[in-house]
Amino acid sequence: MAHIRVENVSVDFPLFHGSARSLKKTVFAAASGRLGEDRRHRRVVQALRSVHIDLKTGDRLGLIGTNGAGKTTLLRAIAGIYEPTVGRIRVEGSLNALLDPMLGMTPDLTGRENIMLRGLYNGFSKPQIAALENDVQEFAELGEFLDLPVRFYSSGMVVRLGFALATAIRPQVLLMDEWFLAGDASFLAKARARLENVVRGADILVLSSHLIPTVLEWCTRVIWMDHGRVHMDGAPAEVMQTYLAGTAPPI
Amino acid sequence: MDSLTPETLPRLPASHLDIGADSEASHRERQILAATDVARGLKLWKLGLTLAWLDIKLKYRGSVLGPFWLTISTGVMVGAMGTLYGTLFHMDLKTYLPFLALSLVLWNAIGGLVTEACITFTQSETTIRAIRMPFFLHAFRVVIRNLISLAHNLPVIVLVFAIFAIWPGVHASLALPGFAIWLVDGFAACLLLGSFCARFRDIPPIVGSVMQIAFFVTPVVWRPEQLGRHNWWLPFNPFDALLEVVREPLLGNIPDVNTWALALGYSLAFCAGAWALFSRVRGRLAYWM
Repeated sequence: MAHIRVENVSVDFPLFHGSARSLKKTVFAAASGRLGEDRRHRRVVQALRSVHIDLKTGDRLGLIGTNGAGKTTLLRAIAGIYEPTVGRIRVEGSLNALLDPMLGMTPDLTGRENIMLRGLYNGFSKPQIAALENDVQEFAELGEFLDLPVRFYSSGMVVRLGFALATAIRPQVLLMDEWFLAGDASFLAKARARLENVVRGADILVLSSHLIPTVLEWCTRVIWMDHGRVHMDGAPAEVMQTYLAGTAPPI
Repeated sequence: MDSLTPETLPRLPASHLDIGADSEASHRERQILAATDVARGLKLWKLGLTLAWLDIKLKYRGSVLGPFWLTISTGVMVGAMGTLYGTLFHMDLKTYLPFLALSLVLWNAIGGLVTEACITFTQSETTIRAIRMPFFLHAFRVVIRNLISLAHNLPVIVLVFAIFAIWPGVHASLALPGFAIWLVDGFAACLLLGSFCARFRDIPPIVGSVMQIAFFVTPVVWRPEQLGRHNWWLPFNPFDALLEVVREPLLGNIPDVNTWALALGYSLAFCAGAWALFSRVRGRLAYWM
């Protein structure tokens, strides 16, 4: 049985390096009034504040909210990438997080090498890795590009490879960021069938998205994140209605 | 495509994640978490080996000789420095060149590892932000990568030893325990410098200049005997003892007990420091990327 329990989780980002990344966070945080200080009076961005979520097998959760509301940070925290500043996260069941198109791939390595690394990371055996490679090759239709470094790929090809690779593995807990639903129309039609397969195969889905129809179609529960907090939690139709009434002008 | 059903996709092995708040963890809990990280990293050794091998392959992709450029450049360096310093120091090339070849190759291994230890985590920034991975795996990758580089330099030693008909004999096997210390120190260096450099981005250039100085104050191109009675400060240089425990057996000598004690003592202190830092900051590393 898969299970996710997010208990009173807060995540603070320290502001150390003056990189573009931190700058972006700073701007978002300033815009949403979430700059603060931690116990040692260092400047931090409070990306998540006291989040409680409990999910069990069969749950399909949609995360909505404006940019910088903490959706992606929450996904990263559940994936175990950011260990919480306060609180506890428990995930029971194998997990696959589809967070960005590159999925941690190394751009200087070929597509095939990146596939192999992903297989090794998952502890796959040689035949399993070969099967993974075949599956990705067939779906991504990269042809000879599969043996070229990923940095030579067009952005569309990167998405195709990342998508094919990420969806070739069947986890119990699937975390998905919205980039997954982007791409050109012809790819999207083909991708949808494959994605739906993985989604159906997963025990728990957590999807962060702006695409309202997708959330309504796939999710059985929606959480509206705002300023790093759970603003509203409930049935998709109900939350969506309030969300749309509050943020978007009526169409 | 249509044949693809959820059943044909490879299944991920079951797993379990339980992550408490880093700031609330006790000292003991942190030790356990860090030890788990190392154990999980070792379990992924196949991935570590592949990553290290791909790093080497990538560095020399498109070049005809590939990593053997390392061999050639080391060979040229040994030849040039050997003649220069041999003349400067009025050394007998027959004994000096084998010493220098061995010293330089070993020092290149130390220097290369220390420099690359600084980027242990920062070079894997995108991966660290994309998937949860044991941090030790990155240290493993850097150490193995440097081992592969070292292996490519070995022909230079073999060639020089063959030219001067030098055979270290059975004593050479005594270099193995010394080398084992190096390996452990290498992992420690990656965890320590990797963490430190992830938090403070100014450290790598400082480490670079320290290593430059260390090269001159360590008996690499000169022999410890050349210091004469001024050699009292040598034991304060940790690199000296560490170099000796591997170099001396390969030259057919047995390092004395003091050298061994120093090498072990420095290594223990270094590993303890590295462990203290790594177990303290492990949970924060992802935030520093």
